Amino acid sequence: MPEMTKQRPKHLALHEIRLPLAGFASILHRISGAGLFLMLPLLIWLLQLSLGSTQGSVELFAAITGNWLVKLILLGLIWAFLHHFCMGIRILLIDIHVGVEREQARSSAMTVMVVSLALTAIFGLKLLGAY
Amino acid sequence: MNRLVVGAGYGLKDWLAQRVTGVVMAAFTLIMFAAALGGAMSSREAWQAFMANGLIRFLSFLFIVSLCWHAWVGVRDIWMDYLNSAALRLFLHVMTLLALVGYAGWAIQIIWRL
Repeated sequence: MPEMTKQRPKHLALHEIRLPLAGFASILHRISGAGLFLMLPLLIWLLQLSLGSTQGSVELFAAITGNWLVKLILLGLIWAFLHHFCMGIRILLIDIHVGVEREQARSSAMTVMVVSLALTAIFGLKLLGAY
Repeated sequence: MNRLVVGAGYGLKDWLAQRVTGVVMAAFTLIMFAAALGGAMSSREAWQAFMANGLIRFLSFLFIVSLCWHAWVGVRDIWMDYLNSAALRLFLHVMTLLALVGYAGWAIQIIWRL
């Protein structure tokens, strides 16, 4: 369409964009990575308390991990880690030309989301003390 | 063709670093999962003894360095993708880098004083 002048700048209507499944899994990879980055201080702090030997660190670790809001954040981080982990393996496989075709890429994206959610349920139930 | 290719600065080196650090972290994750199944996290004493092991301290050091390097590339990509203001981008790049270097030092002293 040479006659038409394109509207610049182009503003994307984010709420109208329908991402394909692989695109959805991909943006979740970015969101999960950002979430893990933002919560790094909490995770390092918990590592420090878990390896501390004073009575204070034992009690503080128990108090923090016993808090329901912290449990909720940790549950979210468990999902974020697992999604990022599974999606990372998918990306590495695509790097070596495994699963590049559209159908395979679509089903692997679905596999990543299902597997990471299933593993989140397994580890999440452990976090909540179900077993 | 003498076109000067300048872009956002995504490079092969960063791409490769992201893969290598990712593989290191994935391998460490599987080791930790196996250790957990083997009872390394069954009690506070078992966990501390496990983390104090020389080989595990070496591997967890590699994990921490990989994590911070990986996070640097990933978070910097986010700033580059979504921020138009060069000043704000520079500011956040510096903040991200300083935070990650600090986190690395903090985490390493936790595992190495055991």
